[in-house]
Amino acid sequence: MHAYMKPTPLKAKFFTPGVIVLCVLALNGLVFLAGRFFFGIGAVTNLNNQYPWGLWIAFDVAAGVALAAGGFTTAALGHILHREDFHVVLRPALLTAMLGYTFVAVGVFVDIGRWYFIWHPLIMWNGSSALFEVGICVMIYMTVLYIEFIPMVTERFIGRVNLPGVLKFLNRPLDALLRVMDRGLGKTMFIFIIAGVVLSTLHQSSLGTLMVIAGPKMHPLWQTPVLPLLFLLSAIAVGFPMVIFESMIASRSFKMKPEMDVLSRLAGFVAPVLGVYLAFKLGDMFIRETFVYLQELTTESVMWTIEVVVGVIVPLRMFLSRAVLRSPVLLFIAAMLVIFGVALNRLNNFIVAYTPSYSFSSYFPSIGEISVSVGFVSLLVLMYRAYVMIFPIISLPDSSAAPKTKYAIRGGK
Amino acid sequence: MKAQNRRTFLKTAAVAGTVAAGLGTSKAKAAPMNILSPNRMGVLIDTTVCVGCRNCEWACKTAHDLPSEPLSTYGDRSVFAQMRRPDDGALTVVNEYGNPKNKDLPINVKVQCMHCDHPACVSACIVGAFTKQENGTVLWDSDMCIGCRYCMAACPFQIPAFEYHKAIQPEIRKCDFCIQRTSKGELPACVSICPVEALTYGPREELVRVARDRIKANPDRYVNHVYGEYEVGGTSWMYMAGREFADLQFPNLGTNPAPGVSEAIQHGIFAYFMPPVALYAILGAIMWMTKDRKEEGL
Repeated sequence: MHAYMKPTPLKAKFFTPGVIVLCVLALNGLVFLAGRFFFGIGAVTNLNNQYPWGLWIAFDVAAGVALAAGGFTTAALGHILHREDFHVVLRPALLTAMLGYTFVAVGVFVDIGRWYFIWHPLIMWNGSSALFEVGICVMIYMTVLYIEFIPMVTERFIGRVNLPGVLKFLNRPLDALLRVMDRGLGKTMFIFIIAGVVLSTLHQSSLGTLMVIAGPKMHPLWQTPVLPLLFLLSAIAVGFPMVIFESMIASRSFKMKPEMDVLSRLAGFVAPVLGVYLAFKLGDMFIRETFVYLQELTTESVMWTIEVVVGVIVPLRMFLSRAVLRSPVLLFIAAMLVIFGVALNRLNNFIVAYTPSYSFSSYFPSIGEISVSVGFVSLLVLMYRAYVMIFPIISLPDSSAAPKTKYAIRGGK
Repeated sequence: MKAQNRRTFLKTAAVAGTVAAGLGTSKAKAAPMNILSPNRMGVLIDTTVCVGCRNCEWACKTAHDLPSEPLSTYGDRSVFAQMRRPDDGALTVVNEYGNPKNKDLPINVKVQCMHCDHPACVSACIVGAFTKQENGTVLWDSDMCIGCRYCMAACPFQIPAFEYHKAIQPEIRKCDFCIQRTSKGELPACVSICPVEALTYGPREELVRVARDRIKANPDRYVNHVYGEYEVGGTSWMYMAGREFADLQFPNLGTNPAPGVSEAIQHGIFAYFMPPVALYAILGAIMWMTKDRKEEGL
């Protein structure tokens, strides 16, 4: 039908005008970050005793975890349901998830007051804490993501390890190590793939449990005992749009044709999940009768309306249309709206909905907080660009040997 | 060929299962100390007696080695112009509210940690740095805390404060019920200094009885409500007042323990690790069943 697609390291110039802008934004973020480490969290953020969590938790961590959901949704589709026809999106989605979770971890690291104790949850356990569960699951899942990435490293470097100068003596042992890992993982990868999906469903939902304990401090438009379910559904819903979004950006950036064939089939899964999410969100609203809060014009009611109308209902309608699924521009917009909706939902849950009983002023992120968050996103994009140029991630048409994208449940080869 | 593959799969799956089970057993002891002793102590604050001298603020700072102005400056009532909250430099503060019954006798309310019977911070803390001690104290452990500030998001009374301007070893600060003093048999610093005995220290059960007796004896003086007797499942510190508590900026909380639903959800998802393990098994089965799809397709 069409040419076989083979993951290949992309060849292009790394520094383009866009990349230089990203470098500047990243540097700017790092400068503010230095302030946080030298003078404390209060020096660069607008956080206080009334608003203990701000942009870094809401965006870097909560939205970051949700937007990295493409990793486990595509893994479930490609590896567990064995839909081979989607194999070209598996590696880019895995890379996004891996980098996404890395920056989630970095986000947590800079937000906690005692960053040097970040390992404490590993040995100090509190089973009743939702945050403990999120923390442990994210740590294990990040390890799993790195393990899932190893085949791309072995594929790229087996037989090609070539360290310069004094490190030369390491070449042979490194090559041997890569070969051992390649053989071992070929047989055991399915364990990690299933674990990755299970861990994701666990912490994506527990991220929703986080704010349940804030009780009446959270606006009733968002505060509900089914928050974990809403978080899980919205994470699943945003997984494929995120893959579509980044695939199209990468195609454009590296001047390739977008994979419309695969992407529009992938987009076909979005509407049902988004529909279920909307049904639960509105169903919960009618059961708890919180629609009364929409009658008054407040920040909360406006933000809720934008989140649901622009971020869920409009893209849901778009993903139901065949014309949208076939048009690169419209598909891109629809995917972007879902991403916007889910990111806004996380910001709403953690910032807008949070109204402390005693507050002296309302919270809005400081220049420093925004700079750091923007800096992290820039760094992530830069790393993504570097990774796809070093490792075989993005598939190009190729007629030679088939790539290893399938981890079958079977022992030998 | 197929049978062999299947055996390898089962073998590896068994190993994975053992690892998961191992995790499960060690998880059993993963809970911070959370004792609800029948003999737990408490403090009853009678706001109708408090005169707003703020000596307790001074005593608290002194007892906790926090920087403080000399006691003589605490008579200054101009601080009452604004509502204040406890923070990292003051574990307790006194606020003033108007008294509709008598304009010349304002109502003063001392604010500090309520030392809940079912504390949200103990339930929320990621590392279990908060504990509910046998004597009723809700205590924070500096050696464990990672500074994530989830306790602050969880606390229904908005009490824990954080040292935002410290780069290394910032602390969560809140009233510790003067555990250093009470463990030596002394009264908490604020109770001990109060010149009008607005604060009563004693076993919580007895304090509830005292409060109820006072209300019965002086029904005109008090509203018929002991704040903290039932709020969020009961608190060790309780209040009496001559004016509705909502008018004195007490949060209107239900009688369910603050962690409530959150713990139920958490324990539901992790009931003996069954749901995650079951999900793992189901996904493994699906993966096994669909594995021939590629061969059929090509």
